[in-house]
Amino acid sequence: MRNPRRTEKIAFFFLLLATLLIVVPVGLIVVIIIQKGLPAINWQFLSDMPRQGMRAGGIFPAIVGTIYLVAGAIIFALPIGLLAAIYLSEYSRENLLTRLIKLAIVNLAGVPSVVYGLFGLALFVVFFKFGASILSGSLTLGIMILPIIITASREALESVPSSFREVSLSLGASKWQTIRHIVLPNAIPGILTGTILGLGRAAGETAPILFTVAAFYLPQLPHSIFDQAMALPYHLYVISTQVPNVDEKIRYGTAFVLLALVLVMNLIAIVIRTKFRKKKKW
Amino acid sequence: MVKFKIRDLDVWFGPIHAIKQVSMEIQSHEILSVIGPSNSGKTTFLRTLNRLSDLHASFRMSGIVEMERVDTRGMDAETLRRKIGMVFALPLPLPLSIFENVAYGIRMQGVKNRKTLEEKVEEALQQGYLWEEVKDRLDESAFKLSGGQQQRLCIARTLAVQPEVILFDEPCSGLDPISTAKVEDAMVELKKKYTIVLVTNNVKQAARVGDKTAFFLSGELVELDRTDKIFTAPHDQRTNDYISGKFG
Repeated sequence: MRNPRRTEKIAFFFLLLATLLIVVPVGLIVVIIIQKGLPAINWQFLSDMPRQGMRAGGIFPAIVGTIYLVAGAIIFALPIGLLAAIYLSEYSRENLLTRLIKLAIVNLAGVPSVVYGLFGLALFVVFFKFGASILSGSLTLGIMILPIIITASREALESVPSSFREVSLSLGASKWQTIRHIVLPNAIPGILTGTILGLGRAAGETAPILFTVAAFYLPQLPHSIFDQAMALPYHLYVISTQVPNVDEKIRYGTAFVLLALVLVMNLIAIVIRTKFRKKKKW
Repeated sequence: MVKFKIRDLDVWFGPIHAIKQVSMEIQSHEILSVIGPSNSGKTTFLRTLNRLSDLHASFRMSGIVEMERVDTRGMDAETLRRKIGMVFALPLPLPLSIFENVAYGIRMQGVKNRKTLEEKVEEALQQGYLWEEVKDRLDESAFKLSGGQQQRLCIARTLAVQPEVILFDEPCSGLDPISTAKVEDAMVELKKKYTIVLVTNNVKQAARVGDKTAFFLSGELVELDRTDKIFTAPHDQRTNDYISGKFG
């Protein structure tokens, strides 16, 4: 005879185990990177150029390059993503075309990042002749995070109750006025959250920038958007695999800075979301 | 004076035939109560008058709805809805302050002058019997008001646009008897200036405030007559059965 209490206990054990297995790697990554990387962090490491074939000095150009790339990606992806989301959620009617568009967005999110890299190389670097540059890299990253921004914005817009739209329209407001004054203001927290998550993704990816912008080593900072730039994820790859005898401290220090950048962005997204959730009044 | 003239109105939502061959006239400065069981097409009828039904992707209609002899299909929807205000079943304040809720419709017409806005907001809140209760807290969120106050705010918000017609869609369904009485008083007062169409599930409310009463059943207009006649000597047996509570 089966003992239901024992079955219950076994099930509980495995459920708990699986849950712990998720937490453990996250915790380990953070602990190891902090433990090995934190000693490398000082003002010089953050603000100096790399020296002695990247075996000493700092990672300032890689930090600057990543910030440029992320900013460029967002300047490109946020307006387009937001406008597309507004169209899809507020204007489009359910038909074959919109179903195709939505399918395309879902699939865009599933494309491997290295494919984006090749695509950026073919389109921006070669076809548009932007060369390997911040512009090409930003556009490539921008396309990669478009689905994240569109999906998050659409969800945010659609979560605004339709009764608000009806009230606004019933007071004689036009459709655009309704979107501009009622729907958008109430969707902004969700849109911001999605945007910042997209930023974090763009900051951390290596493959899309590999062929489109990333420089192995540059003795100076980029001067324009047509210059190549160093970037944190690629720099980490280079000093970990391409340059011999790099001190472990520098490698983990770089990883620490990258991780901190991404985690801080995600943290900001979470703070914004909770703050506005509390203010939400319906 | 005839405010609305409706001829052979049919409305479908996809395969559902929501309104069937309805023809009627609505007089100005009167309260027309529309009664009937749920799913009888009352609300759809109301939302077809201000073309809010158009928002449904599957909406289709045939027949003619004229407002002051102009086909409403030919008018631009914003202009039409400025003339026809609407108060919804649940109090639905916008997520704005009390002041901004009332000012919203005026602002959307392009009025920016602070003084004009303040005057119009005060006037509308006076008419909605809410001014005394909120005059010191206009900048608070409208969600802080009680349910009854919120509904009067929604009435004031509608009045601020200075419509000619006000549609009430079961405005008291979520209110207690005292709040209901206040809203009914407001409606009776408002009919001096406005034409009112009141959809209600509450037969007694129709008897209390309506000058005329229309009885809808399964999308058809069964009977439309003076309220006292409907409630004392209805023509149709089905009307009699409904108002006497045999079904509903």
